[in-house]
Amino acid sequence: MNGTTAVDLTALGARFADAVRGDAAAWDARGELPAEVRREAAREGLLDADLPPRHGGLGATPAQLGEVCARLGGVCGSLRGLVTVQGMVGAALLRWGTAGQRERWLPALARGEVLAAFAATETEAGSDLAAVTTEVEPHGDAYTVTGGKRWITFGEIADVYLVLGRTGGADGTDGRPVVALVEADRPGVRCEPVRGQLGLRAAQVAHVRFDGVRVPSENLVAPPGFGLSHVVGTALDHGRFTVAWGCVGMAEACLGAAAEHAVRRTQGGVALAGHQQVRALLGRAAVDGRAARELCLRAARMRAAVDPDAVVETVAAKYAAARAATSVAGSAVQVMGAAGCAPDSLVGRCYRDAKVMEIIEGSAQVSELHIADHLLRAHGHGPARWRPEREGEPR
Amino acid sequence: MDTPNGTGAADVASVTEELHAYLSGHLGRALGQDEDYFALGLVNSLFAIELVNFVEQRYGVEVTVDDLDLDHFRTLGRLRDFVLVKTAGRGAAA
Repeated sequence: MNGTTAVDLTALGARFADAVRGDAAAWDARGELPAEVRREAAREGLLDADLPPRHGGLGATPAQLGEVCARLGGVCGSLRGLVTVQGMVGAALLRWGTAGQRERWLPALARGEVLAAFAATETEAGSDLAAVTTEVEPHGDAYTVTGGKRWITFGEIADVYLVLGRTGGADGTDGRPVVALVEADRPGVRCEPVRGQLGLRAAQVAHVRFDGVRVPSENLVAPPGFGLSHVVGTALDHGRFTVAWGCVGMAEACLGAAAEHAVRRTQGGVALAGHQQVRALLGRAAVDGRAARELCLRAARMRAAVDPDAVVETVAAKYAAARAATSVAGSAVQVMGAAGCAPDSLVGRCYRDAKVMEIIEGSAQVSELHIADHLLRAHGHGPARWRPEREGEPR
Repeated sequence: MDTPNGTGAADVASVTEELHAYLSGHLGRALGQDEDYFALGLVNSLFAIELVNFVEQRYGVEVTVDDLDLDHFRTLGRLRDFVLVKTAGRGAAA
């Protein structure tokens, strides 16, 4: 994060977003982000832009990365989702990969030659990722991965999955959280595309099954025991940050669309903008959007300074921004009426996507617990009843 | 007393004091040297990354995958030893 980037990333993000603005509704309807768009985003350096240049990135600062996500998010949540998942895996490998793993994966991720997906959620493990049951068992100098992962963003087209599992019984170890990279073309990987979900419909979401998939030991990221607290922890922290900024972009785009509509649309001889109730909705929405942006900027500054509290401030930013996006998108649909409900409506799509943002990368309720926990600990109150055998891992 | 980022090795007393202040502030109670805050369930799921960030930012060291051994991080005493070793290495290299 050297702060100086040759290209103006905000302008780059804005240009890219403008170029695809007219296409995003069709991607959503088709349930697919065209391969050419993914390639173009990679060519422009928008994937893993915050990786240091020596690893193939642009060395973008957190604030620059955030602005890119806001611009893309204001046009298409799924496109921003691509930046998010690629960024999560990149961040985890940058921080916890070996020199060899960084060299092998990071430049390829930044160039978009390899699309990565984050595979943590299971049927019985959502907010509580410590409950994952996917097994990563040693077999000689390799490992086998067995389990089912759900709701994987871009899981349908990913080349590699960052999989959270537990060490299996063969070596007598005790089910410690572990992360393995599993290439999609290995025998035993089966992918079941999901269609018609509430939001992020162009994000090629999939459920993925791993049946005794063999991976070499160099595919393990960090030692067993550190898979959840450190590797997945780093990925989620990065994911929350880019999701938060994507939500700022959604809120700002929806506010703009609603204001424009209110000025243009006349009913009974009066512009909608002349109605006090409409103005009140817009006023509240404007404040929500600005507040979310400021919290995201605050998180960006703290991340740039490697402030330890940046983690919880990022949770707060994501929480506030997802809530703002949901609320502002809802108001925008309300102001725009039928135009907001139309199949190709930006605000209608944001309304669906924003709700998903209140659930993924830490639900609103889990976020509140973390924020309150942080607050209360500073006042000398011990933690809530975290289960030591889970939250306290690794052991 | 103060140990600015990026210069020389840290001294035992000040590191102990700083870590004690940080950990006590973030875990909601004063900690003994050998109390295992992970085993005691005093940490939430964000804490592991916060602690790594704190050590990196405060002492100007980089924590990498080679340092990932929970024995370095689970008690105040062990964390202090880890910081001293990391900063000593840096002092020698400087």
